[in-house]
Amino acid sequence: MRVKTKRILFVYSMLVFLFFYIPMIVLMIFSFNDSKLGTVWTGFTFDWYFKLIHDEQIINALKNSIIVTMITTLIASILGTLAALAIHRYKFFGKQVVNFLFYIPVVIPDIVVGVALLAIYGWLHVTLGVPTVIPGHVVITTSYVMLVVVARLYGFDSSLEEAAKDLGANSWQTFWKVTFPLIFPGVLAGALMAFTISLDEFVIAFFNTGPGSGTLPVLIYSMVRKGVSPEINALSTIMIFFIVIMVLVVGKRMTQTKK
Amino acid sequence: MIKNIKLAYSLLSPSMLWLLLFLVIPVAMIVVISFTVSDGYGGTIYEFSLSSYKLAFSSFYLKIIWQSVLWAFAASVICLVMAYPFAYFIARVDKGKNILLFLVMIPFWSNLVVRLYSWNALLNDGGVINNILMHFGIISEPVKMLYTSFAIIVGLVYGFLPFMILPIYSSIEQLDKSYLEAAEDLGANPVKTFFRVTLPLTLPGIIAGFIMTFVPAISVFVVADLLGGNKLVMVGNVIRDSFLVEMNWQLGAALSILLMVLVLLSVLLFMKFTSSKDKKFLF
Repeated sequence: MRVKTKRILFVYSMLVFLFFYIPMIVLMIFSFNDSKLGTVWTGFTFDWYFKLIHDEQIINALKNSIIVTMITTLIASILGTLAALAIHRYKFFGKQVVNFLFYIPVVIPDIVVGVALLAIYGWLHVTLGVPTVIPGHVVITTSYVMLVVVARLYGFDSSLEEAAKDLGANSWQTFWKVTFPLIFPGVLAGALMAFTISLDEFVIAFFNTGPGSGTLPVLIYSMVRKGVSPEINALSTIMIFFIVIMVLVVGKRMTQTKK
Repeated sequence: MIKNIKLAYSLLSPSMLWLLLFLVIPVAMIVVISFTVSDGYGGTIYEFSLSSYKLAFSSFYLKIIWQSVLWAFAASVICLVMAYPFAYFIARVDKGKNILLFLVMIPFWSNLVVRLYSWNALLNDGGVINNILMHFGIISEPVKMLYTSFAIIVGLVYGFLPFMILPIYSSIEQLDKSYLEAAEDLGANPVKTFFRVTLPLTLPGIIAGFIMTFVPAISVFVVADLLGGNKLVMVGNVIRDSFLVEMNWQLGAALSILLMVLVLLSVLLFMKFTSSKDKKFLF
């Protein structure tokens, strides 16, 4: 690449980065603003963060989010990993159908999943609450876990399993002592993906929660609709930092296990 | 071998069962509901009828659907223009590639509602952009930006730009450099090399990016909610309101089916531009 082209590309890319980050930085700055109006800077304060800790609604939504995300991640990781093992290893009748089923959640609009589940819950007279968010979240995250684990399995040396069997290990021992440790980084990557998707997911959570059982994104949405408050900025800032730290920590662990 | 097949099916059965119960059956339910009659209170009279489709195809809703298609398409095109040079830069940078990729991923991981909300403070009449422009005397009174089509397109671009960057990045990254060298050796100038070699070879990434941007952009309702005000709505907003406000599930179901068909058709249309061996970039 010529130097001039490189320079133009560099400037262009920095502008795109600015487009990404200026709104987020402005959001974070105003979380420390003294004024409630949120558009004019009047002074520095930590008040909004203190207010958050004492806001029962927010603590409650946080609890709901943690429950939904943890259970979703657990179920999606198990279902996705089992499916990945089957899809990667075996040729079986109906494989095309299985692949197709796993691709639906990737391309179907979230809103359709949300209203379809709402319709089923309504028909079965299920009361909406925190647990009713989980089925939809598992639906949209399992495919991603499956895809990530399958990608990891392609680099898998099956002679290691054969060696374990030759040395007298049974299938169960082979799986836990050889296969699982080798695919574990893939499972972890898939679980991380499920975790971040579920924690941030808004549309399905919006349609499938009852009053007072909303997750954090649902609460933020309703707060934003009621009006602008620096408390939302503070909450958003915390959420952004939380995700960044999570990904850094787990990502680091993943590269370590790869070695 | 028979034992293995049994094992394969038992490994698959939990996820298949889950998808059947919580995806296939609910969507089938929506299809059924769309052909029934509403009792006006959110209930269903199980009687075959096309009335909800007649309503969904009325000019009022068709206009909203068309408007959503246009906005989502415009946003996808803008995303492409922004993403291609950017992805090219990251793929070809000498050092710090991982940090740059990480910086792209942060907005990708952060909540959409939060990120859209941050534009509120920027586009407001008394917001940051108007304040800066007035401070430097470029404008004398605030320009209305929030609650316009402009705000909606900005929101769609901002929301889904990472989905365009990542597939394009991976297609540029995997591009075999020897093709570029060959073009150069045969006397093509850099511009010609780009349009005759690089661009066609990275087309699968572009198509994948287009699908991954267009599909969420056309079905999102938060963007119009937070940046479009009361007057500008997208098809997602109408679906939500049919289910939750107007309690006309039949109309909401019919519009959901239309949206699904629209998304499917656009995916098939975009895929027509790629050969079958290139489809691996899609997923």
